[in-house]
Amino acid sequence: MGASRRRAALLFLAPMLLTLALVAGWPLARTIWFGFTDASLTDLDGAAWIGLGNYLDWLPYGDGSGEWIGLLVDRQWWRAVWNTLVFTFVTVSVETALGLAIALVLNADFPMRGVVRAAVLVPWAIPTVVSAKMWAWMLNDQFGIINDLGMKLGLLSAPVAWVASPDTAMVAVMLVDIWKSTPFMALLILAGLQMIPRDIYEAARIDGVNPIMTFWRVTLPLAAPAILVAVIFRALDALRVFDIVYVLTPNNSETRTMSVFVQENLFQFDQFSYGSAASTLLFLVIAMITLAYIRAARLNLD
Amino acid sequence: MVSAAGAAELSIVSGGVGRDIQTLRANLDIFEKRTGHRVSIVEMPSSSTDQFAQFRLWLAAGNADVDVYRTDIIWAPQLANHLLDLSQYAEARQAAGEHFESIITSQTVDGRLVALPFYTDAPALFYRTDLLEKYHLEVPKTWDELETAAKTIQDGERAAGAGNFHGYVFQAAAYEGLTCNGLEWIMSHGGGQIVEADGTISINNDKAAAAITRAASWIGTISPEGVLGYQEEESRGIWQTGNAAFMRNWPYAYALSGSDDSAVKGKFGIAPLPAGENGSVAALGGWNLAVSEYTSEPDAAVELVLFLTGVEAQKTRAIGNSSLPTRPALYDDPKILEAQPIVGQWREVFANAVPRPSAVLGSDYNEASKDVWDAIHRTLSHRDDVHQNLLRLEARLRRLKGAGWK
Repeated sequence: MGASRRRAALLFLAPMLLTLALVAGWPLARTIWFGFTDASLTDLDGAAWIGLGNYLDWLPYGDGSGEWIGLLVDRQWWRAVWNTLVFTFVTVSVETALGLAIALVLNADFPMRGVVRAAVLVPWAIPTVVSAKMWAWMLNDQFGIINDLGMKLGLLSAPVAWVASPDTAMVAVMLVDIWKSTPFMALLILAGLQMIPRDIYEAARIDGVNPIMTFWRVTLPLAAPAILVAVIFRALDALRVFDIVYVLTPNNSETRTMSVFVQENLFQFDQFSYGSAASTLLFLVIAMITLAYIRAARLNLD
Repeated sequence: MVSAAGAAELSIVSGGVGRDIQTLRANLDIFEKRTGHRVSIVEMPSSSTDQFAQFRLWLAAGNADVDVYRTDIIWAPQLANHLLDLSQYAEARQAAGEHFESIITSQTVDGRLVALPFYTDAPALFYRTDLLEKYHLEVPKTWDELETAAKTIQDGERAAGAGNFHGYVFQAAAYEGLTCNGLEWIMSHGGGQIVEADGTISINNDKAAAAITRAASWIGTISPEGVLGYQEEESRGIWQTGNAAFMRNWPYAYALSGSDDSAVKGKFGIAPLPAGENGSVAALGGWNLAVSEYTSEPDAAVELVLFLTGVEAQKTRAIGNSSLPTRPALYDDPKILEAQPIVGQWREVFANAVPRPSAVLGSDYNEASKDVWDAIHRTLSHRDDVHQNLLRLEARLRRLKGAGWK
C-alpha cells in the first residue's frame, strides 16, 4: 500500500476514531481513573488518588486486629458476578435453542409467513421496563394471572410469590428475559438460515438424506457462524443486564447483577469510587469472557 | 425563564403514594392562579430508594431543570450541599418557627435550613372493626396479641371460604421501608436502634435477633409469602380489597381506606403499633420540600415551598389525604379533626416516633440501611440463620464506619 493511500485511509478513519475516543474512550478512562481515587458524587473534582484502596486494603480496627476490605474480597460483589454469569449462561442457552427452533419454522414456506414473522417480534419491540412491569403484575402473588392459571389448572397448590421468594426470584427474572430476547435471537438465526443456498437441500433430498440428518449435517454447520455471532451479541447484553432486575426485583441479593451492584454504589450510596472500581472490573470480566469466547469459537470477526 | 410579567416556570419533582400527586396538583393550581407562576410536576416512582438515586444524580450533575424537590426526612444530611439555605429568606425563617421543632432540627445541616416540612408520618396498625367484633377480640396492644388475633381471624375467614384472606400485612420488600419496619420490631423488643446516637453499632444482640425471628415466623403463617416483595402500596392493595385483618401502614392509607371504592370503608380503625417488652415504637417518616441550589428561579421556588408548606395547603392535604400536618396549630383544627380523626389521634404517636439513625450516619446512611434491610430480608426469607446474618451485618457496618461515620 502506498504512503499516500495510507494517509488517505487515516484521514477517512479519523472522524470515526475521534468520535469513538470521545464517546467511549474518555468515559471509560475516567471511570477507570475514578476507581483509583476516593471520589464522591457530591464532590467529583475533589477526588484524590488512593491507589488500589478500592480493590484491596487492610482496615485496622485500632486494636492490632483488622480485616481485608475492598472489591476483591467483597462477597456481595462476587455474588453479583456469580448471579450475572448464571443469568447469562441460562438465558443465552435457552434463547439460542428456542430461537433456532423458531427460526427453522419461520424459514419454512407457509401462508401468512410475513405476518407471523412480524408478530414474533412483538416482545422484542416492547421497552424492557414496560415488559418487566407487565410481568411483575402477571407474576404478582395475589392478583397475578400466572398464579391464577396455575391454581385453576391444578399445577400450583398455593399462590407462589414469584419475585419475592428467594427460590424463584432469579427464575422469574430469567423467564422475562427469555420471553423478551428469544425473538431477537430467532431473527439473527433466521438471517443466517436464509444465507444457506437452496440447492444444497435439493441435493440432500435427491440423495435421500432424511430431514434430521439434513439438519445436523447441512443446516447446523452452515448456520453456525450466524448462531455464534448471535450468541456473543446476546451474551454481551446479558452480562450487562440491569433494567429487568432493577424493575422486577429491586435491591434483592438473590438477583443483584454486576450492573445493579455498580449502580447502587455509584448513585444510591456514597461510594462513587467503589462503584467506579466495580465498573472497571465489570468491563474486565466482560472483555475476558468475550475474548475467551471468540478464541473458543474461532470466530473470524475481520 | 422569566416572562414579561415576572412569572416563573417552575418544576417540582415528587414521588408519591395513593393520592399524593393529585392533591399536589390541586395545591399547585391554586398557587398558579394566585401568583401567575406556572408549576409542572415531575413524577417519580413510589419507592423512596428509587427516588433518592435519581435525585442524587440530578443534583450532582447540577441539573437546573428541577427547582423544588420533595425529600424524605432522612435525606437532608446527604443532599445538603446541593440545596439552598432557606434561612436566608426572612419569610422562611419566620415559617420555620411555626413547625414542630424536631422536624426543623432534622432539616438543619451545619446551621443551614435545607428544607421545610411538607407533612410528617408515623405508621399505624390498621385493624378491621367488624372482624374483631365477629371473633370477640380486642384491638391488639402487643405483638403476642396481634399474632393470636391475626391467626384466629385468618383461620376463621379461611374456614368460611375466603381462601385468600391474610391475618397481617406489612412491608418486607428489600428497600428503605423494611429498615423502618425492622427498626420498629427491634426497638420495641428492647434491641436498640441498630446504630445508637453516639455512633455505636448495637444491632448484633439477642433481643434484636428475637425480634427479627418473630417477624420471620409471621411469613407463611399470618402473612402471605408475598410480603417479602411488598412495599406500602402492595400491602394496601390486600388490605383495601378486604383481604387482611391487620395492616402496618402510614396515615395516607387512612383516607384511602375510607374512600367510596374501598371494601373496608366504615369497617376499620387505627391504633399505635403493637408493643414488645420495650413498648410500642413507630419509625418517624415524613416529607419535606427543598429548593435546588441550581435553580434559575430561587425566589419563586422559595415562594412555592412556603405556599405548599403553609397553613392552607397543609390543611387541604390533611383533610383530603390524612397527611399529618407539621404545624402544631393544625392539630386542633375542627375541620381537620372532623374529616380525618386520625390526625388528632396521631399527635401523640408522632411525638414519640423514633428517627432512623440518619443524623449520626450522615452520608453513610443509605449504604448502612441497605445492609440492614439485606440482613433482615435474608432472615425473613429463611436464608441463613438470624445470628449469622446479624454477625455479618455488624461486620459490614463496622467496615463502613471505618474510623468514624461520615
